[in-house]
Amino acid sequence: MPDQFLFAIEVILNGLMAGVLYALVALGFVLIYKASGIFNYAQGVMALFAALTLVGIMEGQVPFSHLINATFGTDVHHFGWHVPALLAIFLTMLVMIALAWCVQRFVFRFLVGQEPIILFMATIGLAYFLEGVGDLMWGSDIKTLDVGLPQGGSFWIEEMTVGLGGDGFYGFFIDKLDIIATVIAVLLVAGLVAFAQYTKQGRAMRAVADDHQAALSVGVSLNFIWILVWSLAGFVALVAGIMWGAKSGVQFSLSLIALKALPVLMLGGFTSIPGAIVGGLIIGVGEKLFEFLIGAPFLGGATENWFAYMLALLFLVFRPQGLFGEKIIERV
Amino acid sequence: MKLKLTTLALTALMAASPAVAELVFPSLSYRTGPYAANGIPFADGYADYFTLLNERDGGIGGEPVRMVECETGYNTEKGVECYESTKAEGSLVYQPLSTGITYQLIPKATADGIPVHSMGYGRTSAKDGTVFKNIFNYPANYWDGASIAVTHLADLNGGDLSGKKIALVYHNSAYGKEPIRTLEELAKKHGYELTLLPVDHPGQEQKSQWLQIRRERPDYVLMWGWGVMNQVAVQEAANIRFPMENFIGIWWSGSENDVRPAGAAANGYKALTFHNVGDDFPVFDDIQKYVVDAGKAAGAGDQIGTALYNRGLYAAMLAAEAAKTAQEIHGTKTLTPAQMRDGMEALEITEAKMAALGLPNFGPEFTVSCENHGGNGYGAVAQWDAAADEWSLITDYVQSDQEVLAPLVAEDSAAFAAENGIEPSCG
Repeated sequence: MPDQFLFAIEVILNGLMAGVLYALVALGFVLIYKASGIFNYAQGVMALFAALTLVGIMEGQVPFSHLINATFGTDVHHFGWHVPALLAIFLTMLVMIALAWCVQRFVFRFLVGQEPIILFMATIGLAYFLEGVGDLMWGSDIKTLDVGLPQGGSFWIEEMTVGLGGDGFYGFFIDKLDIIATVIAVLLVAGLVAFAQYTKQGRAMRAVADDHQAALSVGVSLNFIWILVWSLAGFVALVAGIMWGAKSGVQFSLSLIALKALPVLMLGGFTSIPGAIVGGLIIGVGEKLFEFLIGAPFLGGATENWFAYMLALLFLVFRPQGLFGEKIIERV
Repeated sequence: MKLKLTTLALTALMAASPAVAELVFPSLSYRTGPYAANGIPFADGYADYFTLLNERDGGIGGEPVRMVECETGYNTEKGVECYESTKAEGSLVYQPLSTGITYQLIPKATADGIPVHSMGYGRTSAKDGTVFKNIFNYPANYWDGASIAVTHLADLNGGDLSGKKIALVYHNSAYGKEPIRTLEELAKKHGYELTLLPVDHPGQEQKSQWLQIRRERPDYVLMWGWGVMNQVAVQEAANIRFPMENFIGIWWSGSENDVRPAGAAANGYKALTFHNVGDDFPVFDDIQKYVVDAGKAAGAGDQIGTALYNRGLYAAMLAAEAAKTAQEIHGTKTLTPAQMRDGMEALEITEAKMAALGLPNFGPEFTVSCENHGGNGYGAVAQWDAAADEWSLITDYVQSDQEVLAPLVAEDSAAFAAENGIEPSCG
């Protein structure tokens, strides 16, 4: 096979993997939007906060140590222990559930029935609040996240495919971390769908998403469902934080991964879990292939963000609800 | 009545005047936001050096130093606000610590007569002091960096780079594009093939660029990155098993933050620098004694000796030495921004001076003049040792290729002068 064709396949494969990572971020947005109609601007910061908390717990870091030391003149930074990754992930999840409770108890409980723009503004405030708290709790230095995930190109795939091309082809490059992310994303989506379909809480969640007043009338607790949904979004944020944090270290620009989710949401629809996945894959493959075929050779490169948002814009023009979103019908 | 009026007048006069004469150095820092991890050590180093001068020497030339810190969040608009809100305090020199803020301050500071020192960033052609009278960028600029990197690669290849392939991975912004012209000119001279690989802000996703590097197999990769782009690039280079010793970053891609997340895989990565690394210098003993142990450190005291802490300390040292020079020139302890400018323009950094400051071999020797606000363009290459968790210099300070760079600086500054109706002159 010609090398150029094989390179294109390699780009598509890597685009699919990148798309999965985008979809992981988009999933958190979808969960909250679907259940409560809130576009959660803070989703990226939640991924950052979850990753910061995970590293802090794993390394036995004393939360708010700078504040404690400055106030009391102490010099405490670490508890002196290291927590195993799995236990730390579990403890971080408890923190995210507590955060979900706080968000519902202290913010959105008072905003029930408000216009969507008010709820959106509240999530902007929440994003800045969480970023500040994350900084105070864990410090703003860049942290290495090592939960034992493998990284780097897979030798096995390279060796198996190197014979497909000529001397200029070195086998397909697939990052092992991307493979793990794909498997986790599949399990996550399957788990979320199963939860929504087969559990009492999941059905209640769907009922609230369909019509929260009707759900209230049959005894579904709106408070509980919102806490549940924010907890699930917190869990998805934790997974996204681990995957992205493993690539770049855990740092405050991690919150900017939300920028990658926006075109995915526009394309897949704000209310569809499969839409987030399919949208992520289309954006991932589309932007990488465009960069490979047109962007780098003819336009000077760095066209990926541009392409993703242009594609999303096209979808907004011709199918505003996205590929899988619910059609917006306003009766007057 | 007369007594009351006199008292009121005196009170108003006292309120309008500073309590004591002092030398004011603003610090446009960014301790919050996505780039805080880089902003904090620099700001700490900058502050700690001035604290040391106050505590140990009673200031500069016996005049106490007051540092005014203003948070920019690495945001250009906030940086300009910081400038506007602090300039009336008698600020002697601004170090914007951002190329974007520097570009905004060039016309403002020039109009206000306040010097700006953009050390290793900002507008490269500001080196021409006949056009940019208030702007200084010693001891080195981006074009020096590009040239020093190429010189290092030439040294590794017996002086011959013909036929070699060099890729530049750069932040797709004015900052990242700075070295392109220089590298293109140097390619003509050395005969290497240059590939340009822009990365969109913020740089968390670089798969396309590194797949291209894997396909095209350049001999060397240079990087002009910032923030998360650096960490991701080092990790992606490790992922495709690109030889780290053939990967060189500019000095803003050369902090501990940039390499630690990749762990052992980052071993051998190189970065340019215009100052030394580590904490094995006598000045750090004084900082420990007079600043950290006295509980007066700007931060937690845990950044001392890191690349960016040292850069902040070096920036403060150069500002203090320029202030001393200004005091000598004008025969006064208190300074105005215009006098500070004169001190910066007459600054001479020698090895003897640095050794006396407790910083032997900490930076290159250089002199500043009206024609040359950028120093002599010396820099070195540092290499990361992952096992030891430290940088070490692997070259001496070498000078950039002035034969290529001087005409480029002259051309760009002449264009700026023509656009802005400036008549280049000295004095």
